[in-house]
Amino acid sequence: MKDNGNYQPYSYFQLMEVSLRELLVEKGIVTETQVSEEVEAMRKRTPAIGAKVVARAWVDDAYRQKLLADGSRACEELGIEVAALKLVVVENTPSTHNVVVCTLCSCYPRMLLGIPPEWYKSRSYRSRTVNEPRAVLAEFGLRVDEKTKIRVHDSTADMRYLVLPMRPAGTEGWSEDRLAAIVTRDCMIGVAVPRLH
Amino acid sequence: MVETRFKPGDRVKVRKAYPLGHIRTPFYIRGHSGVIERVCGSFGNPEELAQQRSGEPKQPLYRVRFLQKEVWPAYQGNADDALEVEIFQHWLE
Repeated sequence: MKDNGNYQPYSYFQLMEVSLRELLVEKGIVTETQVSEEVEAMRKRTPAIGAKVVARAWVDDAYRQKLLADGSRACEELGIEVAALKLVVVENTPSTHNVVVCTLCSCYPRMLLGIPPEWYKSRSYRSRTVNEPRAVLAEFGLRVDEKTKIRVHDSTADMRYLVLPMRPAGTEGWSEDRLAAIVTRDCMIGVAVPRLH
Repeated sequence: MVETRFKPGDRVKVRKAYPLGHIRTPFYIRGHSGVIERVCGSFGNPEELAQQRSGEPKQPLYRVRFLQKEVWPAYQGNADDALEVEIFQHWLE
């Protein structure tokens, strides 16, 4: 769309969104209420859901094993609906660090982490994470030792990925709620690790 | 449903082809060799689904592990650094 100096209240994509939404409503395919409810449902999902899963895996080794074997089923056990998509949980260990990217678009485990951050969808993150992950992680403030292997997971099709970070030392005896509070969104994407405050 | 041809540990090569359409095989990995990490199950073929067709027959989907140093000749890092990508069977040989 050409900006020829006229007052333009909407950006190109906002205008596309409004036009499409109004058309869908006009044609009776969806109602305004359904659209609002879906937006509301999307906003309700936050990284706190994923953090709850991680905390459970940290305190319950049998659950951790289930989570690594079948992520979707283990989430359902905690009452989290993962829908038709399959969740693959990848575990950080002293010898391996995992990081998730979607080079093709912005596939993301929304059911566990909510709406992806802007940078996750940026061209720079998407292209550079597969090619120079160590440099990208360093920009996030995470320097991965040369001896630690890095595994980049490109979320190209029907799987969604969650990184299970390592439980930091000094958290012995903590409750699940207290543990969940140190598991940030970035830890579960793999661009950070949990730290004690 | 299409029969699953590969199992974990098998060495595979991604087809080096450039057809038009909605392809979920990234350009950067075409022509590279890796090892099957796991079989993910069978899913509707995205190239068909994007054309409003049924996506049948479903295609087996794999996670394939590639070594970074083999994908990017100038790669800097641990020699075992890896890249894992989901690839549909009809893209593997």
